[in-house]
Amino acid sequence: MNFWKKVMKLNRRWIFLLIALAVFIPFLKPLRLPLSITKPAKDVFDAVESIPPEGPPLLIATDYAPSTAPELDPMLYALLRHCFVTKRRVMLLALYPQGAGMAQAGLDFILPEFPDVKSGEDYVFLGYQPGVQAVVMSLGEDVRLAFPTDAYGVSLDSLPMMEHVRNYDDIALVVDLAGSSIPITWVIYAVARYGQRLGVGVTAVSAAQYYPYLNSGQFIGMLGGLKGAAEYEILIQQKGYTEARQIATIGMDSQSIAHLVILALIIIGNIAFFASKSHKKKGTSSK
Amino acid sequence: MKERKGLIIGSVILIIIFIGMLIKGEPSKNIMVWIAAILTLSIYSFLYRDNIFYKFAEHLFVGVSVGYSVSVVYQNAFIRRVFDPLFITRTYIVEGQFHILPFLAVVIPTLIGLLMVSVFTKRQAWLIRIPIAFVVGSYAGMSISPSFQANIFEQTRSTLHIALSISSFIMIFGVITTLVYFFFSKEHKGFLGRTANVGIWFIMIAFGASFGYTVMARISLLIGRMNFLLYDWLGVIK
Repeated sequence: MNFWKKVMKLNRRWIFLLIALAVFIPFLKPLRLPLSITKPAKDVFDAVESIPPEGPPLLIATDYAPSTAPELDPMLYALLRHCFVTKRRVMLLALYPQGAGMAQAGLDFILPEFPDVKSGEDYVFLGYQPGVQAVVMSLGEDVRLAFPTDAYGVSLDSLPMMEHVRNYDDIALVVDLAGSSIPITWVIYAVARYGQRLGVGVTAVSAAQYYPYLNSGQFIGMLGGLKGAAEYEILIQQKGYTEARQIATIGMDSQSIAHLVILALIIIGNIAFFASKSHKKKGTSSK
Repeated sequence: MKERKGLIIGSVILIIIFIGMLIKGEPSKNIMVWIAAILTLSIYSFLYRDNIFYKFAEHLFVGVSVGYSVSVVYQNAFIRRVFDPLFITRTYIVEGQFHILPFLAVVIPTLIGLLMVSVFTKRQAWLIRIPIAFVVGSYAGMSISPSFQANIFEQTRSTLHIALSISSFIMIFGVITTLVYFFFSKEHKGFLGRTANVGIWFIMIAFGASFGYTVMARISLLIGRMNFLLYDWLGVIK
């Protein structure tokens, strides 16, 4: 059988195995390939840096589920580390039922690194509230309308950090970590209506659709997929804020090698397709 | 026969690699990590073929996801917004006095919401129109104006913001040619046809960018699981 025909009939399991090896080997033998920092990621970092320490809080919305956690968890960890190291206050909330669990898991993962950080003083976890649009809008009037208590049932009025926080006017920046179309809801109700500054961390699948909002300035910055998370990790590491294990950066070698393998497979697949097509044509013309 | 032979050889190689890693690494002592690792491997076993381990893990995932979401919504919506104000904190009783407005503010939305379950009855199913009309009406009222502002006016303004740069020119050119492609009131012939063809190229480039990002996302998910298996479970990487 012609070589290209064999390629065309290759069992797809070999391709799965090839991709698995392309991801697996760089974990065991890291290549430390260079990673450039893009402007949208730098803009998110700069926006967080511009928040005065112990001043108005950063609001992080964890609007994702475990299915997108490999991309968005590293962003949450990096943002929390950045804020806790530099004494910036954080509010966390979820507009997605499973997002509350992701936020709690993120706090459980990061808080052991910061024994001095206290709930109610340095961060407030508001939990989940149903009714996405209504919640985003009510935050513009009064946070207490949507969240009378924090996720642990403590009244917001009794939390020292919330003393001067009433609505978007008192929130320095919102960063929405989302695996869905919820960032558009934030644009419509928080940015357009209340002029709130918004940065996003999104999955790579949805990143392309959000570039128009980035271009128009409705997003002040964007972390796109695992690469966006790795860029943020590098930025906080360059500043000397953390020496913790950088989950996204470690995975970028595998990402690059897997992309090269896929590129090679696309090229080989196309050559095989056209070669077998021309072989078929030759066969019919000779008959 | 050939396939079965390949499966046996593949399984033996995987078991040898796994035992080697268990010896070389520092496997987790947490039972939950072991369960998560076994479920991950069960899901990936689908790449060879559909099997009982995959089916079990898939059904478990769907069940747990739905169960978790229902319990979170029940706790945060019903208990926090209805049960607690009515029976525990009694927000409608201030200084021993009953206040009708805070009471109705909880009861009326609850009753409207309960009409949603009328769909399960044949005779009263029409009642579901009331909560649906309420939701559609209120959300349309809330969102029409800011949606136009965010998705039409702002996007048009940023597109027409002409700067003397190549990227600005490409963007305007791309928007016009793509819009021409979606203009169906005249046959795409001559100048209109050629412009629409250019629009197709821009659409294809957008699809390409989207596909590239999708590949990146899927690989990221595999990286996440690989990191879990090698770091959290087997402890063979640092």
